[in-house]
Amino acid sequence: MYRYDSYDDAFVRSRAAQFRDQVTRRLVGDLSEEQFRPLRLQNGLYLQLHSYMLRVAIPYGVLSANQLRALAAIARRYDRGFGHFTTRQNIQFNWTRLADAPDIIDALADAGMHAIQTSGNCIRNVTADPYAGVAADEIEDPRIWGEVLRQWSSAHPEFLFLPRKFKIAISGALEDRAAVLFHDIGIRIVRHRDGSAGFAILVGGGQGRTPYVAQELRSFLPRQHLLSYLEAVMRVYNLNGRRDNLYKARIKVLVNALGIDEFRRQVEAEWQRIDHDAIDLPEAELQRITEAFTLPSLPVRAATSTEVARRRRADPAFDSFWRNNTTPHREPGYRILTIALKEPGLIPGDATAEQMDAVAALAERYGHDEVRVTYTQNLVLPHVAVADLPNVYDALVAAGLHAANAGLITDLIACPGLDYCNLANARSIPIAQEIARRFADTGRAQAIGTLRLNISGCINACGHHHAGNIGILGVDKKGTEHYQITLGGSPGNDAQIGEIVGPSFAAEDLPDAIERIIETYLALRHGSDETFLTLYRRVGIAPFKHALYAQGAIARLPHKTDRQLTQEAALP
Amino acid sequence: MASIITANRLTSGEVVYLAPNGTWVRDIAAAEPSADEASNRRIEQIAARAVAANHIISPYLVDVRLEAGRPVPLSVREKIRAQHRPTV
Repeated sequence: MYRYDSYDDAFVRSRAAQFRDQVTRRLVGDLSEEQFRPLRLQNGLYLQLHSYMLRVAIPYGVLSANQLRALAAIARRYDRGFGHFTTRQNIQFNWTRLADAPDIIDALADAGMHAIQTSGNCIRNVTADPYAGVAADEIEDPRIWGEVLRQWSSAHPEFLFLPRKFKIAISGALEDRAAVLFHDIGIRIVRHRDGSAGFAILVGGGQGRTPYVAQELRSFLPRQHLLSYLEAVMRVYNLNGRRDNLYKARIKVLVNALGIDEFRRQVEAEWQRIDHDAIDLPEAELQRITEAFTLPSLPVRAATSTEVARRRRADPAFDSFWRNNTTPHREPGYRILTIALKEPGLIPGDATAEQMDAVAALAERYGHDEVRVTYTQNLVLPHVAVADLPNVYDALVAAGLHAANAGLITDLIACPGLDYCNLANARSIPIAQEIARRFADTGRAQAIGTLRLNISGCINACGHHHAGNIGILGVDKKGTEHYQITLGGSPGNDAQIGEIVGPSFAAEDLPDAIERIIETYLALRHGSDETFLTLYRRVGIAPFKHALYAQGAIARLPHKTDRQLTQEAALP
Repeated sequence: MASIITANRLTSGEVVYLAPNGTWVRDIAAAEPSADEASNRRIEQIAARAVAANHIISPYLVDVRLEAGRPVPLSVREKIRAQHRPTV
């Protein structure tokens, strides 16, 4: 993986020293809060409900064991012994003190990390396929370009005060595991007819108040022109994006106001004006970065293991883990292993310092020193030998990290919601916990099959509810928490925004409503091969609406009074 | 309806409330309730001075009802803040 060179190190340390000076001046009163706020946000330090929260960047979701240990040490020393992995492959510390922030930033710099550009109207941390470099269906490794984009976008003087925040995702595989169509710019590595690799550029995707699936800006961009072309896109947005209205300031609104054809015309015109050679990456530098991402030299290991086969027969929990949490690696003797931070009843995405240390130890011993973070709030060990899986699994059991539910209904995404977040309207975590408890039986969850269930505590959609096969959005209805359900969303190649199924539910009724949706799916599907999403596309929203809202249907849900039913039915 | 004024302490970020003696305290039960516009303005001015003195940040008024003379917040958000911890 990429290691900071002397330039990166000097830059991050100079920013750490600058931030220490800013915090010192704030604490003695030389800077007012008004002056200081943008400075702390540029370094990822937010004020949340109970405390300051520090968001640390994990570039394209890649960590070394040493970096994960550094995060564990920060959790232990400066937080309450845990961290929260986010839906943008970052980590947040929920209980930090302003006075400690400079020491935390120094500790990050010591491990080659920082919190720069994890907030503010700038290009945020670039996200990528968590299986990058190892997936069997990959065309080229997107981490190389993730690193190129990290260097290009860090402190880029032209793009630090954009109309609004800006998120880029990149995937190099046939299957989209990075939700590229829900980003301001989505990049797909594709192969041209002549065999060369380049990029499909998608623009204007995003969730939030006005969700859009990204549209194709260019079907093929030769790889050497990525930076000059993105520079042109950013310039058109920076000049024409709306700065007068917070809710209309994202690039998706500009793209849809102009239309994709006019937006493309402006980008191409700007691109013609740009001196490509001054911006595009020199081949030698691309080569240097590429070398940082060569596959570690993996010893040849047997593709099958009698011990694994025996354990799968003897231990149903291990068998479920194998089936749900491991995926083919490009080398036959290895598997990609997902550590789901989704033990039913616990907080999605949270990991204790001890768990982070345990994963770091496993990465060193069995995983060639690499850990990935997924936007679905899980961790990945990208190279685990098939024969080592029983040992790794046993260590995960000891650390409480063996939830065998990757990709199932209980592997749900949830934002911090009103338990932590200053923007939230409703709680997400208790809802996630209750739904996960309902479907905690792995056999039942497995019988339901592949299903993405996503929960956001407000319309900003950090919990990706629009892209959930089942999406849940928390709303404030006259001072009480209610939850609106959407169906049919998808984050993948077939990206789609979910449709609202009907009036919202009170918190206590929501798990029953989800049960009703699942029962409807199970009753209608053509066998277990028909996933929830496939069935939804076949039958549409009507049977689900009927199951939830037909005469008497809601009344059968517990806790609901007739009066509440009448009130809800009257709502638009 | 009564109000109290809340903020976050500058150094730690912890949730605090203005008490009758002018100090900023963690316990919402010790917050000074204000029953009218004039006293709202008065406690807002005290908060503004505390901001200027770098003790607190982000002060704002919170709607409360009084139970046995003690303020209880109305909104879920403020109930959670008053607990100083998530509900999970």
